[in-house]
Amino acid sequence: MNILSLLVIIPLATLLLLLLGKGQKYVRGVVVGGFGLLLLSAVILAVLFLHERAVSDAAMLFVADTLWYAPLNIHYAVGVDGISVVMILLSAVVGFTGVFSAWNMNRDFFAWYCLLAIGVFGYFISLDLFTMFMFYEVALIPMFLLIGVWGTGKKEYAAMKLTLMLMAGSALLLTGILGIYFISGGTTMNIMELSQLHIPMTHQYWIFCLVFIGFGVLGALFPFHTWSPDGHASAPTSVSMLHAGVLMKLGGYGCFRVAIFLMPEAAHELSWIFLILTGIGVVYGAYGAVLQTDLKYINAYSSVSHCGLVLFAILMLNHTAMTGAVLQMLSHGLMTALFFSLIGVIYSRTHTRDIREMGGLMRIMPFASVCYVIAGFASLGLPGLSGFVAEMTVFVGSFEHADMFHRVLTVLATTSIVITAVYILRTVGKVLYGPVVNSDHLKLDDAHWYEKISAVALIACIVIIGVWPSGVQGIIYDSLAPVMKQLTLF
Amino acid sequence: MDFSNFLMMHQELGLLSIFVILLFFDILASGTRYMRWFRAVAVGLMSLQTIFGFFPMPEGAAFGGMYVTSDLTVLMKNVLNIGTLIVFMQAGRWLRQPENSIREGEFYVIATATLLGMYLMVSSGNFMLLYIGIEIASLPAACLAAFNKYKEKSAEAGAKYILMTALSSGVMMFGLSYLYGAMGTMYFADMSLGVALEPMTILGFVFFFSGLAFKISLVPFHMWAPDVYEGGPTATTAYLSVVSKAAAVFALLLTLHHVFGGMAHVWYYMLWVLTVATIVIGNLFAVRQKDIKRFFAYSSISQAGYIMLGVLHGTEMGLSATIYYIFVYLFSNLAAFGVIASLENRSGQTDIAAYNGLYKTNPKLALVMMLAVFSLAGIPPLGGFFSKFFIFASSAAEGDYVLVFIATINTVISLYYYLRIVKAMFINSPGEDSVGPFKTDGFNRASLVICVAGILFTGILSGCYSYISAVGFGLIQ
Repeated sequence: MNILSLLVIIPLATLLLLLLGKGQKYVRGVVVGGFGLLLLSAVILAVLFLHERAVSDAAMLFVADTLWYAPLNIHYAVGVDGISVVMILLSAVVGFTGVFSAWNMNRDFFAWYCLLAIGVFGYFISLDLFTMFMFYEVALIPMFLLIGVWGTGKKEYAAMKLTLMLMAGSALLLTGILGIYFISGGTTMNIMELSQLHIPMTHQYWIFCLVFIGFGVLGALFPFHTWSPDGHASAPTSVSMLHAGVLMKLGGYGCFRVAIFLMPEAAHELSWIFLILTGIGVVYGAYGAVLQTDLKYINAYSSVSHCGLVLFAILMLNHTAMTGAVLQMLSHGLMTALFFSLIGVIYSRTHTRDIREMGGLMRIMPFASVCYVIAGFASLGLPGLSGFVAEMTVFVGSFEHADMFHRVLTVLATTSIVITAVYILRTVGKVLYGPVVNSDHLKLDDAHWYEKISAVALIACIVIIGVWPSGVQGIIYDSLAPVMKQLTLF
Repeated sequence: MDFSNFLMMHQELGLLSIFVILLFFDILASGTRYMRWFRAVAVGLMSLQTIFGFFPMPEGAAFGGMYVTSDLTVLMKNVLNIGTLIVFMQAGRWLRQPENSIREGEFYVIATATLLGMYLMVSSGNFMLLYIGIEIASLPAACLAAFNKYKEKSAEAGAKYILMTALSSGVMMFGLSYLYGAMGTMYFADMSLGVALEPMTILGFVFFFSGLAFKISLVPFHMWAPDVYEGGPTATTAYLSVVSKAAAVFALLLTLHHVFGGMAHVWYYMLWVLTVATIVIGNLFAVRQKDIKRFFAYSSISQAGYIMLGVLHGTEMGLSATIYYIFVYLFSNLAAFGVIASLENRSGQTDIAAYNGLYKTNPKLALVMMLAVFSLAGIPPLGGFFSKFFIFASSAAEGDYVLVFIATINTVISLYYYLRIVKAMFINSPGEDSVGPFKTDGFNRASLVICVAGILFTGILSGCYSYISAVGFGLIQ
């Protein structure tokens, strides 16, 4: 059996096993086993991929193809390139650490969590537009109950808003996918085969807009990002981790895998509109974070800013910037997951996320605080951590454009780095180093072992990428070659 | 007349014998202890009829082209059979209630009679037979709607239904008389040869279409649906919203392009507007409903709009997508009505507030309901996702992206109100209206298992659509 299908089968098997038992120990055992196995197979996949890549120059590796719906020639087609492998690794790491952050949740929670994982992994391995879209929606719908039932605050409002906005995005996407399929001749749904066909320019305009906005909603494209702060703030810890860390990447991944790869001409013609929007998103998100007082809201707005940067870099349409975009996805996924897991640690003890009601946590819970500082440094781009590598590559790539428009936008977008430093350092200074505001907090304990596992694993990944970026950068750079070829063709 | 003609009518004869057996059983056993076997006999016979439908049947025409049977019509009748079977399984508990037990048998007998009418609708090769089929299907259905005749709402529903039926069939008959006057024939085959484009045929078509649109509950002919659905017994509502609607769609599918294809450019935009209006109005009205049966009435109106997407273009793909859509819709809607019926039998409540916290009290029913509404909303990997995709694809294949766009955006609105049900069941805590834990009867549980299997597997296993599509592509001219 294909190793890629395993990535879908393992969470499915975990889900089915969960339905058999109810005890807390059983549930934990099954989930840790399932997601551990998933992480293991993702790592094995990465190793195999590196071997395979050395000997093969095919665009997609580990390809498997089964005819599913003959009347429309829909296939269950899977395959990965370097970018998908990186994304799969990211999802596996965040999914695994998320389990530890949700240590005390019950069976139902983990059942939906597994469904979410099925959607995410299925999406990253799909080469067929139909299955890709199907897994995309499978990943979206569990959020409603995960936030609605286990969330905090305005959870019902947030769950409904998030689900409806993302589903509206996928409604645009569905029309776009049908357009791609029928206008290119109605013969294939396979992305690699579709890229060989040509969609007439008149149609490319509207399809590109539909598909880009459709995916962009999930990638927090301004002004369709409003679900993100509410959703992330209300979601339980591990759901925020998975959602901000992995699910938002589905949007960015789709934007270039479908929108730009299949409609390169429209991408050239229309990129300026979306560049302006994402440029606004990057700066606006950062300013939004400065104004917030709730830790989760700060991080959610910072996600809007960082994910905006992903789309911004993709739309630069050059090799360096797009490499940076994928790196940024990876880096943001890891550090935002770390942030949310630590906020979960803090919130579960202080029962508040308002930074005005906290202070001096460094003395009270040193482990969590040190990790928080590391996450903050990664977020503001300290060299040696993953954020620096990603943002550096993005801005260098963006600056390769010699024209006024791109340069001005790039300079404006770089200001977000400074603003990021403002809100990160402000939070760190106030919450971790300031005077102890509430004397009850002095009695609080530090992170438990399972929370430590989660934090340490994520920090390890952030540091590895920060210290040795060339490995992952090389894989991404090579894998972007087909996209670049498409773009230069027109 | 040659009696061998009757041999073509396998399924009709089978159903007629079921009708006779049930009728005599009811007459002879009424009031005796044998009555408790009635439901089992009815369900058993209906299952036999359903299974029997999957055996190979002769194709051809009988009575000089009056009656036509083909693999396609057999397939459509099979879909109707499955729907009726599930309704029979769900109706039992309600019919055993003291006020209904005296007429337990009548329900099955009358429903069988309406099903016979629907068979004729599907198999007709002549407008006369089609009209008779519609009448046979409609008039007994009014009895079903008024079944709880001592309940004011049920009696009102019956009265409303019979009046609207009479009106719509009158309008339809009037249209058919115009068509006959203009063309001098009632046979589909003859009429399809040359539909003259003159005001009389156009008017005739419009009147004919209005009659069918009433049965499908397309806007603006939908006004009866919410009242009848709310007032009628739940089993009747389920039957009307699925089986009766499906039969009317099948009849439209077989006549619209086959007979009136020549004047498609005249009615295309008319139907296009009706389709959009049906989807949008059904959706918007569903948002504000508090009664779950009324809610499902509007939801099924908007579903009828989606079904029209496949009917509109008359392509083979549209045909198979429509049948497939109805097939999946049948399981999803009947699953929902199965849950509604169990709750109503238990507590007499049909308010959405009664569903608050259902997952805590009756987790299995809540899960079935959730699968049903997710399937109706088109969430993968449930059947509804695939059926919506194919029906949208059939429209996109004809380049009608505007319609697809409107429809997909409307699925988001529909998702909102479907999620309200899910929210009530999973997120809200049980209130004073909520129902405590209980067990439904065996037949109902079995019907829900069938429905859930249908929802889960009709999409993932591609064989179902491939089979329908093979039949559809193979046979339509």
